[in-house]
Amino acid sequence: MTTTDASARALQLNDQGQLRHFLTIDGLDRDLLTQILDTADSFIEVGERRIKKVPLLRGCTVVNLFFESSTRTRSTFELAAKRLSADVLNLDISTSATSKGESLSDTLLNLEAMASDMFVVRHSRSGAPHFIAESVTPGVAIINAGDGRHAHPTQAMLDMLTIRQHKQRFEGLKVAIVGDILHSRVARSQIQALNILGADEVRLIAPSTLLPSDVESLGCRVDHNMQSGLKDIDVIIMLRLQRERMEGALLPSEREFYKVYGLNTDKLAYAKPDAIVMHPGPINRGVEIESAVADGPRSVILNQVTNGIAIRMAVMSMAMGGQRAQKGQDAEVRS
Amino acid sequence: MSQSESLRIANGRLLDPLSGQDSRQSLLIRDDRIAAIGAEADAAPADRVLDAAGGLITPGFIDLYCNLREPGNGQKGSIASETHAAARGGYTTVCAAPDSSPVNDSSAIAHLIRDVAERDAPIRVLPLGAATKGLNGELLSDMVGLTQAGCVALSNGPAPLANARILRRCMAYAQTFGITLMLQPQNEMLAADGFAHDGLITAQLGLLGIPEVAETTAVMEMILLAEETGVRLHLSQLSAARSVDMVAQARQRGVPVTADVAMHHLVFTEQALAGFDSRYHVQPPLRSEEDRQGLIEGVRSGAISAIVSQHQPQDPAAKNAPLGDTEPGLSSIESVLSLGLMLVERGELELQSLIRALTSGPAQVLGRPAPSLASGELADLCWIDPDARWTATPETLRSVGKHAPLMDTPLPGRVNRVWMAGREAYSREPGFGAG
Repeated sequence: MTTTDASARALQLNDQGQLRHFLTIDGLDRDLLTQILDTADSFIEVGERRIKKVPLLRGCTVVNLFFESSTRTRSTFELAAKRLSADVLNLDISTSATSKGESLSDTLLNLEAMASDMFVVRHSRSGAPHFIAESVTPGVAIINAGDGRHAHPTQAMLDMLTIRQHKQRFEGLKVAIVGDILHSRVARSQIQALNILGADEVRLIAPSTLLPSDVESLGCRVDHNMQSGLKDIDVIIMLRLQRERMEGALLPSEREFYKVYGLNTDKLAYAKPDAIVMHPGPINRGVEIESAVADGPRSVILNQVTNGIAIRMAVMSMAMGGQRAQKGQDAEVRS
Repeated sequence: MSQSESLRIANGRLLDPLSGQDSRQSLLIRDDRIAAIGAEADAAPADRVLDAAGGLITPGFIDLYCNLREPGNGQKGSIASETHAAARGGYTTVCAAPDSSPVNDSSAIAHLIRDVAERDAPIRVLPLGAATKGLNGELLSDMVGLTQAGCVALSNGPAPLANARILRRCMAYAQTFGITLMLQPQNEMLAADGFAHDGLITAQLGLLGIPEVAETTAVMEMILLAEETGVRLHLSQLSAARSVDMVAQARQRGVPVTADVAMHHLVFTEQALAGFDSRYHVQPPLRSEEDRQGLIEGVRSGAISAIVSQHQPQDPAAKNAPLGDTEPGLSSIESVLSLGLMLVERGELELQSLIRALTSGPAQVLGRPAPSLASGELADLCWIDPDARWTATPETLRSVGKHAPLMDTPLPGRVNRVWMAGREAYSREPGFGAG
């Protein structure tokens, strides 16, 4: 176990090894990830009911703390919390307290004073949810909804759920992640999850300017070419490309990127015939992916969105359970 | 001890890197000087005698780069608080970084620092003047005026010079007047908004990286310009192994360049940031294990002349935020010796090399007489108990900054007493004012 694994594990799990925060995939084991997937599987059915609610978080207050805007992720977290019967408060912090000069610590103190049970945090700084988890009163669960370039663990887990639904297993699978790995919190979490769950190989396909230094240390192989990179691949995960990458001289143009790395029907043919295509969204059609592929039979992009709610319900209920179990044990020790 | 008394320090192991002396002998202090050593010291009458059996007596430490936070940053520290912390760390002399508020770019600020130090500090404070006005990197400061006001060298602190043309002119002007320039090499365009070593940890944690070449390209540029202008150049706080090689090669061909390294770069690597620990957000960043080994080798070989504390006390708010929003720097001056002794215990560095890099090495960089344990020398001394252990906690640290490395971990070696020019600057004895 690396230093980062050990510190992440210690922070995220309670004394019984149950989840109490969900900050990163780093340091978690296969059993726990499988438990998240199994729990999410059981929640899929809730979304198909007439009354889409279970009482697991009844009486709990969940605060969506979004220091960076994200309609899709926030909506799925909100829906997930409501389906678990929690009271939900949405705070768009980017336009409120911190922009008036209040420090993050002071913002947290005020929110804690409102007796919150869970914070769902999106922040532009890598490690911000870790900082919050270390700062808040024990008993408050922190769920990372994406931090800087670091991690987006619920997105990675919904991708894993989608892969499992279509491929039934992780062993023997070869997965390609294509595009802007350097800036992608999703890719880091996906690589960790795939390695922990036993995928055969994770291949990153991108030009050198969009890859971090020492990227192989994450447990993956690098290829700069789509033809060789997609050979024998079972799952293709395309990443979103931001326009700023051109301005930062990381790429010459969107057109050239699409020409070399954009996924079209011709390039899809390099992969296995039954390979599935994924994308965390929102899609840039004609930049990362051709419409015929995005809307084609191999695309599972909309399944990913549906699975997002189930995964977030699973993680929220497990983290709350872990916090309650820890609280119970702490009370027992005190008595 | 008052100035007229004499003090015999008996039975200590005297370690003097300058003369190579390493033996158990007595030492006599009279007034501000070492009056005698060995049998002569034993035979001479003394007003007081201290038994230093088991202890190590070395020259007092000299720090080439220390942030005292005064004037202007009272919530982070003061000349009084940080020099008392320095004395506790074994130091008798510290160079005050120029990035105070206001910046030390005028003789008035330099005089103010010296006056406050004279009043409040138990040890010697040597100001470093700013190389450019306001550290803006564009307009040269009044270099001659600053040195006449007591600045021992000029530095641009952590700020870069705007471009190579200004750097060249800054060097040429300093060379005209024999002024030493202390510069931190970093290419700002390559470093951009990074704050961690661009390597394993940035890949794992998605932090913004500073590549090693941000330092090495700047080192090469500075060496070439120093070679051309002939300025006495000191490269501050190197972090990369390849920088050490470049300095060694330049020295071999006669370029007047010296260099230092911060103690934390000899002990920690980028892995210290795992868990997003903001204490280890330092500038330049902690780098790879290979770099750490290269820096240690530089100290052993002498390519690196000095180890500095790069002490940067911060108030809690400066470190209490997500990693990328925190301010860089460790509150390190009280831990430098212990971290160095950790390296000695691990067999990574010889004790002689460690003490040399804390005493005679920095003195030579400043062009001052190297402190020595010899009769007639100024009595700047440090008495170390190498077998003791201590633990850094918010309560035990004297510095206003409580973000020391390896908090709550037993650390080897403890300073028992420090004398600056014969006067006791620190004592572990309860009730002693500076302790």
